[in-house]
Amino acid sequence: MTPPTLNPLLWTVPIIPLLPLGGAAINGFFGRRSSKKAITTVALAFCGLAFFAALLIAASFSSAAAPYSFPVAHWIRAGNFQVDFSFYLDQLSLVMLLVVTGVGFLIHIYSVGYMWDDDGYYRFMSYMNLFMFFMLTLVLAKNYLVMFIGWEGVGLASYLLIGFWFTKDSAASAGKKAFIVNRIGDFGFLIALFLMIKHFGSLDFTRVFTAVRPLSPETAGAGLLTAIGLLLMVGAAGKSAQIPLYVWLPDAMEGPTPVSALIHAATMVTAGVYMVARSSMIFERAPMAMMVVAIIGTLTALFAATIGIAQTDIKKVLAYSTVSQLGYMFMACGVGAFSAGIFHLMTHAFFKGLLFLAAGSVIHGIGGEQDMRKMGGLRVYMPWTFLTMSIATFTIAGFPPLAAFFSKDEILWKAYSSPYGSWVYWLLGVITAFITSFYMFRLWFLTFFGDYRGGNANDAAHQPAIAHAAHDHSDHGHGHGEPHESPWVMLGPLVILAILSVGGGWVGIGGHFEHFLAPVFQSGATVEMAREATGEAAGKGTETLLMLISVGAAFLGLYLAYLLYQKRRDLPAKIAQSLGGLYQAVANKYYIDELYAVLFVKPVVDGSTTILWHDVDQGVIDAAVNDSADAARHISDNVRHMQSGNLRSYAGWVAAGGAVVIAYMVWMGVTH
Amino acid sequence: MIPLSYYLLLSGILFACGVLGFLIKRNIITIFMSIELMLNGVNLSFVAFAAQWHALSGQVFVFFVMVVAAAETAVGLAIIIAVYRTRETLNVDRVNLLKL
Repeated sequence: MTPPTLNPLLWTVPIIPLLPLGGAAINGFFGRRSSKKAITTVALAFCGLAFFAALLIAASFSSAAAPYSFPVAHWIRAGNFQVDFSFYLDQLSLVMLLVVTGVGFLIHIYSVGYMWDDDGYYRFMSYMNLFMFFMLTLVLAKNYLVMFIGWEGVGLASYLLIGFWFTKDSAASAGKKAFIVNRIGDFGFLIALFLMIKHFGSLDFTRVFTAVRPLSPETAGAGLLTAIGLLLMVGAAGKSAQIPLYVWLPDAMEGPTPVSALIHAATMVTAGVYMVARSSMIFERAPMAMMVVAIIGTLTALFAATIGIAQTDIKKVLAYSTVSQLGYMFMACGVGAFSAGIFHLMTHAFFKGLLFLAAGSVIHGIGGEQDMRKMGGLRVYMPWTFLTMSIATFTIAGFPPLAAFFSKDEILWKAYSSPYGSWVYWLLGVITAFITSFYMFRLWFLTFFGDYRGGNANDAAHQPAIAHAAHDHSDHGHGHGEPHESPWVMLGPLVILAILSVGGGWVGIGGHFEHFLAPVFQSGATVEMAREATGEAAGKGTETLLMLISVGAAFLGLYLAYLLYQKRRDLPAKIAQSLGGLYQAVANKYYIDELYAVLFVKPVVDGSTTILWHDVDQGVIDAAVNDSADAARHISDNVRHMQSGNLRSYAGWVAAGGAVVIAYMVWMGVTH
Repeated sequence: MIPLSYYLLLSGILFACGVLGFLIKRNIITIFMSIELMLNGVNLSFVAFAAQWHALSGQVFVFFVMVVAAAETAVGLAIIIAVYRTRETLNVDRVNLLKL
């Protein structure tokens, strides 16, 4: 399967996921007794080695020889059905590999500064490494089942890290919520896998895609592929926080900020996009499923962005922004522009990772406060954080020539021009871009401009809101009288990510990125080419026009935010006042959590309490166990009198028994 | 020649005596002797059959039974001595510490 001229360096691929696993094991087993320096060394060394190996692989990667595959071990062999542990490296995996190890390594470094004073430091580092292991397994998997291992594993790591401060009730339940909501998605994913096993007899990417390739939407296979596509999308919606399963992601902000950056912004939540892009062969032959993906993506993008407007918690704004940006990526996948989706995934990993890390730096610098209404004026106190955060804000808003400008524009153009696309997607996308720009600059102005609205350390100790949010900082040795800049171990990753946020999009200029990924999305590319060949001349002008409109939307958002949160600070309250109910609905996240509580949580809890607990568990299962135990006790109580302790009564029983046996044998002898 | 049935009858009587003594006697030594009586009743039927059918295996069995009985006697007597030392009686009705 692998060409004989395979570069030996590429054989390091199977080792890459194992490196962070080693780090996780060492820190997990011995971290409690190790010094923090040793923990740091182990965690960073293993993660850094993985990144280094990924860079070496990228250097020796040749598109001509791809895809490479690396069988590691046999796993399931049942008749014709085979699933092996094997890894796979093509252009798509390579991009994901670099993003995951690169951004992951930077966030590991950042975590050293952010989590240093936490009692659970070794635990944190171990979980982070564990997450890296599963995420790398996910992106390097050669078949859906190994991918599923990674998929579930990152869910586990996410659960562990959201509930990292498990003594805090809200964190513990946020972890549970994330896990349970993801179960719903995993259910869909699993059924899709079962369908593949049933109809294609394999879970291997190459085999499944070979089986799918000859099917066209018009043939009988369409219903099957639509079903598989929709079920995969259910899985992706769970992991990547799309409507209707997005509710766990905002709550996941209970975790430490580096976790939000790494897992709930840069890498894990994009796993759904990766999975859909990986299954592009299936989706392209199921137009219905594609349409559902595009619609869900577009609606999620718009819906989450509107919620982001009214949030006051800096991390919640970013969380809804993540949901919204993931919606863009699904919109791209849904219109068949998979490479644009992956492109945005990559740039999003840079700028959203940066946004979260910078927000973490802000939170760190002012003593654990997350409420933007208590910030302000911080550009004076933390210039580097301000600088990097500004870059990230301008990037996400889509200002040229920053990274997201290229990726978002690519998506919007594809949403308009692709054969699967429509001007509706584009319009909603542009509106979302405007809202994104608005709420991000709102965050920016509220945090860094005006006067500092937080109290000093003495005040802070007496404010319940701060005391609550300051959990992660209550152990810090230094006081928080003044907002202060973070240490360089935290600022370093910020600066690197800022550079990537600026330049990360340039790889997309001239369609380089798309061409690089084209072999993975072959059939999609042909559709695209045909389309572009016909509408090339007309397309260029439209593309420029659309680009100008989306940049205009970004500027409009900036101006509106400037107007409301810098110039006329009294206006937002008045607007909120005049909107009344609508504002309340948005501020309360459209009451979706409450709706789910009434529709799903309450029936399940009530049914479990009355039927499953009281009737089935207590009435049937417990009763059966207790009754049989009672019966045994009563019978024994009567039978125990046989054991009298009197030797001669025993002798009598023996003799009687012997007599019965003899009588039986005699009787048998007589009758036969 | 004495017919087989005579031997078997004697064997049965010996065995029945053994069972009876085993059940009604209270002295451990007497019970012990009753057990030996039962064994020897069985032995008698073994040798009777062996003589009748000219099969040597019956006689071999008897030797085995005698060897085992000798060993059992040694152990049994040791137990009886131990019982007497602790309980100062050989009446089985008073050796009843295991009863409920």
